[in-house]
Amino acid sequence: MDFMVFQYPMISVQACLDGILLGILFALIAYGMALQWGVMNIINIAQGDLVILGGYIAYFMYLYGIHPAWGVIVAPVIMFFVGIAIYKLVINKVVDRDLFISILATFGISILFMQLMNFAFGADVVLANSGYGTTMLFNNNVVLPNSKIFSAFISILFAICLVIYMKKSKLGRAIRATAQNARAAKILGVDTEKVYAATFGINAALCGVAGALISITFTIHPYMGLPYTIRSFMIVIVAGLGNLPGVAMSGMGLGVFEEFADYILGTEFRIGSVFLLLVLILVYRRFKLSRKREYLK
Amino acid sequence: MKNNLILYIGILIFGIAAPFVFPAFKVQLSILCVLIILATTWNIQGGEMGYNSFGNILFYGLGMYLCASVQVGMFFPLAEWTESGGEKTFVHTPTQFFQGMAVGLIVAAVVPTIVAGLIGYSILGLRGHYFAICTLGLGVAAGEISGGIEIIGAGQGFTTPPFPDVGSLDSRGEFFYFLSFFTLVLTFIAVRSIYSTRFKLILNAIRDNEDKAEAMGIETMKYKIIGWMISAFFCGLAGGIMGGLVGYIDSTDVAFDGREMGVFMVLMAILGGKGTLWGPIIGATVFHIFKEGFWTFFLGWQYVALGVLIVVIVIYFPEGIMGWLREKYPERFGEVVDEADRKAQVELK
Repeated sequence: MDFMVFQYPMISVQACLDGILLGILFALIAYGMALQWGVMNIINIAQGDLVILGGYIAYFMYLYGIHPAWGVIVAPVIMFFVGIAIYKLVINKVVDRDLFISILATFGISILFMQLMNFAFGADVVLANSGYGTTMLFNNNVVLPNSKIFSAFISILFAICLVIYMKKSKLGRAIRATAQNARAAKILGVDTEKVYAATFGINAALCGVAGALISITFTIHPYMGLPYTIRSFMIVIVAGLGNLPGVAMSGMGLGVFEEFADYILGTEFRIGSVFLLLVLILVYRRFKLSRKREYLK
Repeated sequence: MKNNLILYIGILIFGIAAPFVFPAFKVQLSILCVLIILATTWNIQGGEMGYNSFGNILFYGLGMYLCASVQVGMFFPLAEWTESGGEKTFVHTPTQFFQGMAVGLIVAAVVPTIVAGLIGYSILGLRGHYFAICTLGLGVAAGEISGGIEIIGAGQGFTTPPFPDVGSLDSRGEFFYFLSFFTLVLTFIAVRSIYSTRFKLILNAIRDNEDKAEAMGIETMKYKIIGWMISAFFCGLAGGIMGGLVGYIDSTDVAFDGREMGVFMVLMAILGGKGTLWGPIIGATVFHIFKEGFWTFFLGWQYVALGVLIVVIVIYFPEGIMGWLREKYPERFGEVVDEADRKAQVELK
């Protein structure tokens, strides 16, 4: 336990800013999670692994001398097709089935991806260096890497583009209709199979963007996927499905929580605290809901 | 009934003779016994109660750490033991080893049961996928946190006491084999007798429709907690045995290995057939043989194979081996089948 963070206010400011910038990234991943959960009613455990795969795409570009920031354009395109491939091979067979089946099937995909990435890219922790430098704030007391600011900016940009796309385009309308009532949408001539594939593809593309940004700002490792899945799941259940401002806010909240947990408990408990927070949130939610049920009686 | 008795006696004789007939496979057979225990007890709340948990690994890992810690802590200072790592500064005499193991196993079984009872009320109120993800989080959180605790070896792991030098060289394998085999027999008897009571029907009622079961006057929460506690009891026991068998405990790779053991137990139960007595046993056996074959011949690709296997089993084989047999030979399961009805069903397909 280390409470230095409360004695020096500047460290708190640093942690808050870091957490908010990190949280915007989490919110982007969670938005993809909310999208597929809302539309297809599946929970994708492989979400985090898609993120990491996107990160490796950017890292590979970096290795071949292209600036990793271009990964933000390339990764979603590749990941979109990866997502559609996963949908065609596995997800379309579990969409209408028991939720547990989809969890277990995507768990299998997650293990598969983890190991394939381990073979392809090695088990080292890697980072694509963007060379963006840092910004000093508050008398040089707070240091913010420009890459984090860049990544937050890009995430917001992608989120806005996606929201507009979902509102205005034909496919976006079809996706929203399917989310509301798949059967009715089918009757009215929406090709739900195509909508599902597109939804999963968009989700994977969002993961790709987030992964490319993570490879610039943080580090990536083949086995680091599961925490991202858990984080996005947590953000979605706190915010609720289809509540975009809520997703953004709870994403930032989670980011700040993590930074403070990192300072107070130590880095070795960071991931543990995330998982523990998940359990606590679910338990809190259960007691809140059970009160509601009793009230309804 | 008579057939069953012959079958049980046959399995018992085979189990006792196995380490002498296949001396090279003693360790594998002991691991198989542990896997069967895990799959069978996962089935109590996963298959019969319908609460699909990824978190039974929590009790397994807890049992593993507790058994080893008690076994060491009864005779030597625990902190110094973990600090010295595998360098064997302290040596257990045979009596100390077996006493420690016995007490350790009791603790390893009892404490997870209590833990399951304590957290059960809050966790088991969750439904469906919330429960699955929550238990997944529990298992991973336990692994991450235990990896940061110094006294049980933190990141570098915890070496369990080495088997003492008694008589022949093979005695270690035989000891662990018979320990796990008799635990398996006990588990089987316990689970079988549970399944012949009203308790099993209550669990099935919870699985089929929890709200209706509650409306019928069943205190579902009480039975859910009891079901989970039974599961935790045997998981802890299996963990304790496995710790001694492996000889080395690491927080995320051996004890709280949600990526491996935590999924294995779910997979074995599903492969064999959820919600049947024999399903998990058959599933675990088939799975273990398949897994060992793969581990031996395709070393390095085992997780790829595992991932593919999970997807294939879950998508194409969700009813498991028992489910398939039941569809194929319903008469054997005591179901009266109308021949015309069956023909009509075949035609429908």
